[in-house]
Amino acid sequence: MSNKNNVSHGVDWLLILLYAMLLCTGLLCVFMVEYKPDTDWIASFLGGKTNYSKQLIFIGICTIVATFILLADSKLFTAFANLMYAFGIVLMLATFVIGRNVNGSKSWIPLGGGFNIQPAELCKIFTALALAKFLSRQETDFTKFKSQLIAFGIVLFPALLSRLQHETGLALVYLSFFIAMYREGLPGIYLIIGFAFGVLVVATLLVDPNILAITLTLIAALAIYLLRRQIKRNKAGLYVIVAVWAVCVGIQRFAVPYIFNNVFECYQSQRIYMSFGKDYDCSQNHAVKKDKGNNKVYKPDDYNVRQSKIAIGSGGILGNGFLKGTQTRGKFVPAQSTDFIFTSLGDAFGLVGCLFLLLLYLFMLFRIIRVAERQRSRFSRVYAYSVVSILFYHIAVNILMTIGLFPSIGIALPLISYGGSSLLTFTTLIFILIRLDADRQMVLR
Amino acid sequence: MPAFNQSRSRIIQIIFLAVFIIITAQLVHLQVFSSKYKMAAESNAIFRKVIYPDRGIIFDRKRKALLQNNITFDLVVTPSETKGTDTATLCNLLGIDTTEYRKRMKEIIFKNTAVRPSTFEALLSDEMYAKLNENMYKFPGFILNERKARTYPYNIGANILGYIGEVDTTFLRKHKDEGYEMNDYTGMSGLERTYEKVLMGERGVKRYIKDNKSRIQGSYENGMYDTSAVAGRNLYTSIDVDLQALGERLMKNKVGAIVAINPKTGGILCMISAPTYNPNYLTGSERRKHFAELLLDPRLPFNNRPLGNMYSPGSTFKTVSGIIGLTEGVIDEKTTITCPGYFTGCGNGKPKCLDKGTFNFTNAVAHSDNTYFSTVFKRLLEQPRYGGADSALTVFNTYASSFGLGSKLGVDLPSEKKGNLPTSAYYRKKNGGKFYACNLISNAIGQGEVQTTLIQLANVMTIIANKGWYYTPHVVDSIEGGDEYNMLKAYKIKHHTDNRIPDSVYTAVQDGMQAVVDYGTAAGRSKIAGIVMCGKTGTVENYDHGIKQQDHSFFGAFAPRDNPKIAIAVMCENAGQGAWFAAPIASLMVEKYLRDSITGPERNAQLIQLENTNLIPQRMRLEMAKRDSLKQIRESKKLQEKMNKENIDSIDEEEISPEIKNIPNKEKNNPTKDSSPKKKTNTIVAAFLNNEKKKKHYIA
Repeated sequence: MSNKNNVSHGVDWLLILLYAMLLCTGLLCVFMVEYKPDTDWIASFLGGKTNYSKQLIFIGICTIVATFILLADSKLFTAFANLMYAFGIVLMLATFVIGRNVNGSKSWIPLGGGFNIQPAELCKIFTALALAKFLSRQETDFTKFKSQLIAFGIVLFPALLSRLQHETGLALVYLSFFIAMYREGLPGIYLIIGFAFGVLVVATLLVDPNILAITLTLIAALAIYLLRRQIKRNKAGLYVIVAVWAVCVGIQRFAVPYIFNNVFECYQSQRIYMSFGKDYDCSQNHAVKKDKGNNKVYKPDDYNVRQSKIAIGSGGILGNGFLKGTQTRGKFVPAQSTDFIFTSLGDAFGLVGCLFLLLLYLFMLFRIIRVAERQRSRFSRVYAYSVVSILFYHIAVNILMTIGLFPSIGIALPLISYGGSSLLTFTTLIFILIRLDADRQMVLR
Repeated sequence: MPAFNQSRSRIIQIIFLAVFIIITAQLVHLQVFSSKYKMAAESNAIFRKVIYPDRGIIFDRKRKALLQNNITFDLVVTPSETKGTDTATLCNLLGIDTTEYRKRMKEIIFKNTAVRPSTFEALLSDEMYAKLNENMYKFPGFILNERKARTYPYNIGANILGYIGEVDTTFLRKHKDEGYEMNDYTGMSGLERTYEKVLMGERGVKRYIKDNKSRIQGSYENGMYDTSAVAGRNLYTSIDVDLQALGERLMKNKVGAIVAINPKTGGILCMISAPTYNPNYLTGSERRKHFAELLLDPRLPFNNRPLGNMYSPGSTFKTVSGIIGLTEGVIDEKTTITCPGYFTGCGNGKPKCLDKGTFNFTNAVAHSDNTYFSTVFKRLLEQPRYGGADSALTVFNTYASSFGLGSKLGVDLPSEKKGNLPTSAYYRKKNGGKFYACNLISNAIGQGEVQTTLIQLANVMTIIANKGWYYTPHVVDSIEGGDEYNMLKAYKIKHHTDNRIPDSVYTAVQDGMQAVVDYGTAAGRSKIAGIVMCGKTGTVENYDHGIKQQDHSFFGAFAPRDNPKIAIAVMCENAGQGAWFAAPIASLMVEKYLRDSITGPERNAQLIQLENTNLIPQRMRLEMAKRDSLKQIRESKKLQEKMNKENIDSIDEEEISPEIKNIPNKEKNNPTKDSSPKKKTNTIVAAFLNNEKKKKHYIA
């Protein structure tokens, strides 16, 4: 605490630079999307009417918030982590009562003055802090199953609440905490099981059920054949293989159809099927079955993704040029300033522009990992990994969605997409990390 | 501190990297290798507007425009953008039903995809345009596209000028690299087709940026890729508008053709094919209907008879046989031959001759003596110096083909036929290997297997007028801006007939042809006071499905004899002797051309009389009557349906409807009462009865 008065001491300026560069890129993209050739853009930038002008105001607010965070004491975050988590959960529960319906999801709390707050978004920060707090407790032994279960609970409870608010995208964000947990010693088998489950679901979508069942059986038989010596010695191996086979076939036969027909909404199932180039028959969906009188025709709505891919493809290698993106100017891509902001970059600057942004992101992710690894305190490290996981999840899912490799779920591109809520959340996440990192020398734990 | 998990940070980094590599790979795929998205983006955002240039104008020899361009509008649709169109209103305005609408849409999508604009209704009438223009906001996906259409101020020359029409898929396949697109127009026949390359000009393309609601946002890349339209080039023809108009007037209600050629240049002065149609018929909104009508006309108005039909030339061919006979020395000008009523050379009493007596060459031509020319031909075939009839016929054919017979002349209009000069091989095959002079004696008088087109006949007249040379007959004299594609090169080459033919032979034939008009077969009505015209009549026997029909009337002529200015061939199908119709028509045409008007009340009366004579052959009249009655039945059915509909629609008419329903019953009791439907209601009844009968028939 030698330089107590100097706030800037130990601050990771590289991270702040990357943050600023992303903000500028974002502002540029929002400007490109809404630009009209005949308007005086300087005036409308200051006018506060257009999205890019509003985004500029949000950036201003974020700067203030970031400054406050940097001025705060890092002990504050450790001390209040659990309290904030509890506050977040209460807010989310409150949403069910006083929530406002925005775009079909009842996940916003009106604050007055035209501002809304989405607790699920804020809860990401609190969950990151709470998880860090829990894992950094001296008495926590993360190798024990009980601790793992508690950590799962911390992460999955807000996810469940988000899902109940029909915010599937946000609910899935919480799964990214498993990356942080993995770093802290969660057995790799969890990730492998998760990954295997994903592969199995995809395979179920792509391959005929019977062929898949036969393939799985053949794999099991092959495994038994190869391991016949071990099995002779120890019958347990055989049971494991048979059990795994039974679970796999069960998932493929019953679980996956059940999930698509009864857990997901019709449009969600359709989107997932569509991103693998398949059609989903909505008449099997529970929501559709419920109201049979309603003879609505469920058409596959891959319009967004198709237009998004077209816009990105339109750019080519070098792009159509700044403000010359044909798809952007023609407003062909829906929600282009928010979820599909990446397309404006692809349209105007082509592959070069996209790779520039990707490298910026990658650089930032790796920088945060590096920052995480240099922490002495477990709290800071868990928190840093949580931040990097959330960022990675957002970036990957958003971009994969715009290029048609992932079902489209409403998720923002960090620091680029238009919108105050998401900008503020990421700013807070990153600057708490910067604050914690600046004090890495002081905290021993 | 579980530092032992530090290696996992590497794994996490690798996972991140892997996902980013997947993203990059897909980006490269989308942006670099897949042209699909680039094209989709273009069709999304770029509106290609084709700027149609003015097609070239076609002028006559006095620089009068035979056709002009005016502006019409097409209703153009992009099926993928028609969401929200008020289909009912549109159908109402266009006068079609929704079934038709859907049918057309399906067809358009099948032919030209749903995303590209296609013509929904071509060439709207002014009234329709006004109605649609007011309501266009109700029809997203539809636009009114300007297009230049042809108009024909003189209403003549359909067979020469031809018509333009929308290209079809076959055409596009054939002309792949010439820049045609669906919905483009191209010359389908006549000059429009032959000179398409010059007339069409170059189309321009303007590119605009449009937004997701198809609103134009401005030009694309500041018009960098825009091309401007280059107008088509004008054609200057040798056609004489007045002569063409007179010819079409004279050939009204006749089946036949006229070709007049300027012997000096080979330029075609007029080319009439009868029956013809008003070229304005095939422009404008009713085009489709008229086209179908013309196509089904049993008189075949689309047939360009002077080029596309082959006829036995009849006695007009005697000029050619005579020239060959004189040149080969089997006769001379003073040779006389007697006709006792028929040709005695072959012992079968054929062919007969009209005037008995003894003729020298001039008189034989003048009176068209069959025996004389049969004898000439027989002598020629039996000349010992040729060493047989086969080679004699070859000699004959060599001469004849130097007159442009037996092969296409190469006129600058499509679908020319080549005629026929039969060879000995043909006869040997036909007659089981044997070849007798007597088998083909009728060729001498143009009645056997010899066949010519009328333009070939006119060309023979040109040759006789010029005493041995001609230019290939052609319509177009010059092209504005030069003959870039060498389309006119062939018409600048002077062709000579066989060089063995001396001038004196032509003089002898001309003597005979002058006599034809002065005191021969065409004397009297065909004589033009003060003009020395040489001509030759032809009366051609012909058969339809083995039944002998009225003779075709032929006449070939040129005038004046010294310094000839016009060579003409006229043909009137089933009109009888050459002197009855073809000759007087030709004489009027010649006078018109040489004097610019018909002089004297007598001649004018003759003109009107000829104009008003109906010579449509009986078989065609029957077919037309059949067609018309079928049409009437169809129309009355339509009318009845309409009336029925109205009855349902309107309450006021309820009182009338039972009446209408009752009439058939009454009629049924006494169906022969009124068999010729005169009033509308009666027609309806007839149609109704017809239906009733059919139904019963089916039931039975």
